[in-house]
Amino acid sequence: MIKFLLLINKHGQICISKHYQHLEQEDRQRLEKELIGICLKRGNKKSSFLEYHDFILVYRCYLDLFFIAGITKDENEMAIYEFFHLILETLDKYFPKLSEVDIQFNLDKVHMILDEMIINGNIVETSPARILAPIELLDAAKR
Amino acid sequence: MLSSIMPTPKRLRDLIREIRSARTAADERAVVQKECASIRESFRETDNTYRCRNVAKLLYIHMLGYPAHFGQLECLKLIASQRFTDKRIGYLGAMLLLDERQDIHLLVTNSLKNDLSHQTQYIQSLALCTMGSICSAEMSRDLAGEIEKLIKSSNAYVKKKAILCAFRILRKVPDLMEMFIPSTRALLNEKNHGVLLTAVCLITEMCEKSPDTLMHFRKVVPQLVRILKNLIMAGYSPEHDVSGVSDPFLQVKILHLLRVLGKNDVEASETMNDILAQVATNTDTSKNVGHAILYEIVLTIMGIKSEAGLRVLAVNILGRFLLNNDKNIRYVALNTLLRVVNADNNAVQRHRTTIVDCLKDPDISIRRRAVELSFALVNANNIRGMMKELLAYLETCDPEFKSDCCSNIVFAAEKYSPNKRWHIDTVMKVLTTAGNYVKSDLVSILIQMIAETTQLHAYTVQQLFLAMQRDISQQPLVQVASWCIGEYGEQLFNTTVEDAEAVNVTDEEVVDVLEKVLISKLSAVETKEYAITALLKLSTRFKSLSEKIKRIISVYSRSTNVELQQRSVEYTSLFDKYDQMRSALLEQMPLMENRSKSVFAANGETSEGNDILLGTNENVDRTNAENKQQSTVQSESRNILDLLDVGTSPVIPSKQEPPSKSGGVDLLDLLGGVASLAAEPAMPNLVPVAPSVNLIDGLIGPAAPNILLNGSAGFSSTFTAFSKNGLLVEFACERDGGQPTVTSISMKATNSTPTPISEFVFQAAVPKSFQVQLESPSGNFIPPLNGGGVTQLIKVSNPQKQSIRMRIRLTYKHNGNSVTEMGEVNSFPPELWQ
Repeated sequence: MIKFLLLINKHGQICISKHYQHLEQEDRQRLEKELIGICLKRGNKKSSFLEYHDFILVYRCYLDLFFIAGITKDENEMAIYEFFHLILETLDKYFPKLSEVDIQFNLDKVHMILDEMIINGNIVETSPARILAPIELLDAAKR
Repeated sequence: MLSSIMPTPKRLRDLIREIRSARTAADERAVVQKECASIRESFRETDNTYRCRNVAKLLYIHMLGYPAHFGQLECLKLIASQRFTDKRIGYLGAMLLLDERQDIHLLVTNSLKNDLSHQTQYIQSLALCTMGSICSAEMSRDLAGEIEKLIKSSNAYVKKKAILCAFRILRKVPDLMEMFIPSTRALLNEKNHGVLLTAVCLITEMCEKSPDTLMHFRKVVPQLVRILKNLIMAGYSPEHDVSGVSDPFLQVKILHLLRVLGKNDVEASETMNDILAQVATNTDTSKNVGHAILYEIVLTIMGIKSEAGLRVLAVNILGRFLLNNDKNIRYVALNTLLRVVNADNNAVQRHRTTIVDCLKDPDISIRRRAVELSFALVNANNIRGMMKELLAYLETCDPEFKSDCCSNIVFAAEKYSPNKRWHIDTVMKVLTTAGNYVKSDLVSILIQMIAETTQLHAYTVQQLFLAMQRDISQQPLVQVASWCIGEYGEQLFNTTVEDAEAVNVTDEEVVDVLEKVLISKLSAVETKEYAITALLKLSTRFKSLSEKIKRIISVYSRSTNVELQQRSVEYTSLFDKYDQMRSALLEQMPLMENRSKSVFAANGETSEGNDILLGTNENVDRTNAENKQQSTVQSESRNILDLLDVGTSPVIPSKQEPPSKSGGVDLLDLLGGVASLAAEPAMPNLVPVAPSVNLIDGLIGPAAPNILLNGSAGFSSTFTAFSKNGLLVEFACERDGGQPTVTSISMKATNSTPTPISEFVFQAAVPKSFQVQLESPSGNFIPPLNGGGVTQLIKVSNPQKQSIRMRIRLTYKHNGNSVTEMGEVNSFPPELWQ
């Protein structure tokens, strides 16, 4: 199970933070701050998995975007690592020339996309076309 | 009112720009606070044109970590709206801002219930998604029926989401499982990947929660096998294809479920053997995602009752992983090998060289795993080669790993060393490479090991001396070396050592090096303690230098360190007052019992100890005495005291040739003053240097010579003052040599129950003709099972020489109860006052 998913930019600013297990506001903030520090420091040079407290931290960095997730120990960390790429591909498909700013300015859309992919910490859909169908429908209705 | 003509609220985009352009954290806070204020203001307005925009801004503010709970009610209003866009933001807000502990939940539950049965699938989906993330136990009970209905829906889009809601419900209320089992089983016939993926998740969760359900779902193994087969055989399916692998996420989940189902079940495992082999051989590993599947399949093969051939295949997959360029794959491989190394050691052994190569990996977490794995692979056959690699690793590894690495090397060497010489060399290498990272407990273990290897004493002491001469800053090395030089100093000049460079030193140089250790600012106090004791011992080994040594030692009688000062003073008086005893006292330490053996001995019969002790008086030969254990010190000493009491000829150590050093130690120490009982438990039993200090303690104690020479003048005795419910209070009484009217009583309380006693307070009262003085106790906590005790010194002054009577009161806490016990002690032996 995925416990939480963070998207941050290379300055360590949070773009998306989704928690699938309840955390108090302060704990959440402390955890996020710590993890961002760890991941930015490790960067690309070290392995993307590490054991952290009671979960496994998986992260992946693209040019100006970092994906960070905390997963339970029974989850396959390599699959989650690939799943990051699936998220990125899906976002990339929706936002042409995806950049970190797109995510920031379309927070609700990104949330919607992620909600089509993950529910309650479990992957629910892996086909980008199917993930994006409802969002594209919504966009069409607006026009 | 001014606020009624509010300006149009800022757009989210503008707010984000403004916040991002804030230079300092304070600036950012100011922007956020201002915006929050205007959002609140706007919420108060009944107008809801901008409610959506405001909530969206709030979500951003919340993400940055500012409080945004005041938006909760607005979210509910949006959820209740009929417009899809409002609902969407409302539910998104609910997911992020609410949590399952809010009272507000009741209100959400109603909206959810309505929306779950909405005719639009997208609204149903919003409700399902929200429920999946905020569902509480109560909500689970309220909505389980709706969810179960949706699982049976023919709409795959709603179905897959409902399945994960069921997952959440079962996490919250496991009792509801029964209700979902029939509908879940039917799910595996679906074609939709989303439904299959979520269904497999749900089944896995159910199986892990209840063994009965696990039994039930074992029947679906063939079905799962079929799905998996379709996935790998059906060829290209563009929709779920990830770089040429067909739906790897589904494959991974199915493999995980197979692992759960096949665990400890031969039949189920048999059914999946073939497909596992197929997946393992057919998966394309040119892309990273193939590795994710192989990784899962290895875990499954190792987790079920699979065939031996398959297990070898699995380990070989991991072996291939180790050669991969991707550090993540190497990391995962090592991690998994670590998990399986105990079960399939032989299969893993085959990849030893690859694993050892990972010790040089640039990634620290890979090195960490590799070293762990390497130690797990060490055995009697490969010890030489592995140790070579591990010692090389020790030299270069990060400081944080060094001390653990040393300990592991030492333990592995102890377990598998091919011969003693190699063992000593390895240990020496550890001491010289790891320097100060060697843990202190290792020092005593090494000393013991060296002491046991009698045939190599000369070699060891020479090598240690050379190493120490080269570098005196490495504390553990210097400590071990000092001890050995003290013990086996004369062997330094033994030139018959086989194939080792001859050591060309004079006794003077040896003393100089030890002196340098004492002077060096780099030496820890503990190291200096080792060195000063070593010098003392050398004073009998190098007779010609005894004056010089005495001078060096005496310098520290003014040391600011109490321990060093005490040693110095005591050792000096050994030179001055007890010179005739010195050489006997400073003989080689007897071999110490091995740690494991001594635990055994502690449980052995005490009568054996008594026999040996009696033998000590009759000058039994050395070997016999060497067998006796330190752990029986207490009972032995009492025997000695008994002997004295009975009136046998007084034991005078100077005349007697002590058959064994430790025999002398115990004897003198305990005769010297039972009062020193309190200090005794602090003596580390494993560090051999300590007992010799103990010995001196006893000798210099003011009462000691008196007692030794006039066995009847001083008197001491130990008896039980109180014993009830596992609490034992013993009095060790002694008549003070200097003041015959004063009796010192050392109280020792021990606890034989399995639970500890806390807040222990001992009080004593005496009749008016006496005076009693209680010194502060050593503590108030008594560990269980006689694992230690509390000691306290009581002084009773008895000027009228009456028979001593005492009332005692004990208060303590045991098993959570406060206990108060009273007692009268009348059994003091008359020798204390007559």
